[in-house]
Amino acid sequence: MSLLELKEITKRFGAISALQGVNLAIEAGEAVGLMGDNGAGKSTLMKIIAGNFPPTSGDIRIDGNLVSFNKPLDARNSGIEIVYQDLALCDNLTASANVFLGRELKKKIGPFSMLDYRGMNERAGELFTELKSETRPRDLVKQMSGGQRQAVAIARTRLSDPKLVLMDEPTAAISVRQVAEVLSLIKRLKDTGHAVVLVSHRMPDVFEVCDRVAVLRRGIKVADKSIDQTSTEEVTGLITGAVEAA
Amino acid sequence: MNNTTKKTSTGSDKQIDHAAIDASITQRQEVSAIGAIIRTQPFWVFVAILCIATVMTFVSDAFMTERNMFNITRNFAFFGIMALGMSAVICTAGIDLSVGSLLGLCAITLGLTMQSGWGIEMGFIVCMLTAAIVGFINGFLIAYLKMAPFVVTLGMLAMARSIAMVLSNNKMIYEFGPDMELFEWIGGESMLGVPNVVWLLIVMTLIFWWIWKYSTWGRWVVAIGGNAHAAKLAGIPVERMIVSVYVVCSMCTGLAAFMFIGYTGSATNGMGVSYELNVIAATVIGGANLMGGIVYAFGAAIGAALVELIRNSLLLAGIPALWQQFFVGLFLILAVLLEQIRNRGR
Repeated sequence: MSLLELKEITKRFGAISALQGVNLAIEAGEAVGLMGDNGAGKSTLMKIIAGNFPPTSGDIRIDGNLVSFNKPLDARNSGIEIVYQDLALCDNLTASANVFLGRELKKKIGPFSMLDYRGMNERAGELFTELKSETRPRDLVKQMSGGQRQAVAIARTRLSDPKLVLMDEPTAAISVRQVAEVLSLIKRLKDTGHAVVLVSHRMPDVFEVCDRVAVLRRGIKVADKSIDQTSTEEVTGLITGAVEAA
Repeated sequence: MNNTTKKTSTGSDKQIDHAAIDASITQRQEVSAIGAIIRTQPFWVFVAILCIATVMTFVSDAFMTERNMFNITRNFAFFGIMALGMSAVICTAGIDLSVGSLLGLCAITLGLTMQSGWGIEMGFIVCMLTAAIVGFINGFLIAYLKMAPFVVTLGMLAMARSIAMVLSNNKMIYEFGPDMELFEWIGGESMLGVPNVVWLLIVMTLIFWWIWKYSTWGRWVVAIGGNAHAAKLAGIPVERMIVSVYVVCSMCTGLAAFMFIGYTGSATNGMGVSYELNVIAATVIGGANLMGGIVYAFGAAIGAALVELIRNSLLLAGIPALWQQFFVGLFLILAVLLEQIRNRGR
């Protein structure tokens, strides 16, 4: 039984058909690269899994159970965490406030329940240490580098020990050195048994961390194969259409 | 040269306790607590207040008298209470232009209730309910219908004032029924030499300070101001929060109205005209950023204090009252400029 199973997912926006009968299964502890050109339907598929909008037709199963997501919170409650391309961080808050945003730790003093700063800072510090990131929980996010911001967004997904982490273009807008940092963060997620879906334009990143690659072209899945049975040339061909299907 | 230093540092690394480093990283902060206070806008506005006060003690003998201090604090307390609510709205990158009109409307509903023989409790409830309803309408239109706060509250500015005129039939209310004495004591008198309304401002400032620092509601409002989209994705009920923020702002105004009518001893539908400008000025001078995401509880009170101090100082220095608005406006612009300069340094 797969951790996440998508069956015949179709999504139409008016007359435009963004996804047509896409099937995808993801096992626990597996990293899958989702590739495709602009407009191929990667983001649409991600948004369906993340609960931003429901598919026009098709089933989503988690651990074999049929689910339907109406809002991102539903997906999160089912064990799916998302790292958005823009990271969705509040620059005016500290790293630990961002990690705990929407699920703050509280402590009770008499009838008052108040934010537990110490508890949140310590837990966030532990998460950053696990990710081997030198990010300080008390620092404001606006003062941080791209890699540190990415670490904050990833640390947030680990709060609830999710089954699946979706990452949308995590390496698109950061420097070469920070890319290495983020890739090692993804490996660490894999090592701890999390499944990862990585949406990326960058071929080397996908080949470095993923076990499997799925290619979308104009809303249709044209390939789904293990990394060691394919090559960057083949994947490029599949994305552009030079190779029909594999 | 560079190489050798590198070598020695890696050499000594081996003896370092890594757990201790992790702990020190976790606890480290960019700036110390005092440094953090010095970096805030309210601190510098407070310094400005001290400077003006020092100069004024030399300019006028009447300035440092108990009577004058009493008047200054009482006058700014009304604006301070309203500014506390306004800070919450501005923190979400919104604005509430209707607070002045709402003060007038609350004055009338409160006055009419008490005039017709109801007690002070009922008057208070009606006053706060009026405020809550107006705040709810503002918030609902802004949060759920995604209308611009400026437009919605500008419309409410006109409508609330008009309703106040209709309800009052354009008459002044100076009879407040059986509890009139108590009502006027609460708004106009003092305890331990400090006006009651100032006590209220102090208590509310402390409550808001606690809310901004320790409550989930406060944390979420600040998060919405920083990045509403991110807050939404994090599962925060952004629409409901925005409605609550406008209700809180209006209810602060309702409370200010309750105290203000007790102080003046009469209610007219013209009360609070153009107060919104003073309240917004006080809030912005106190460090709130119209782009949202920044809030200080003490800023609202300190901003209101500066505005009143300018007014009082000009009066005592013998400068014609016609100049008052000029200087309030000047300080507003200077405060924003100061914030720009401080941010540029980072």
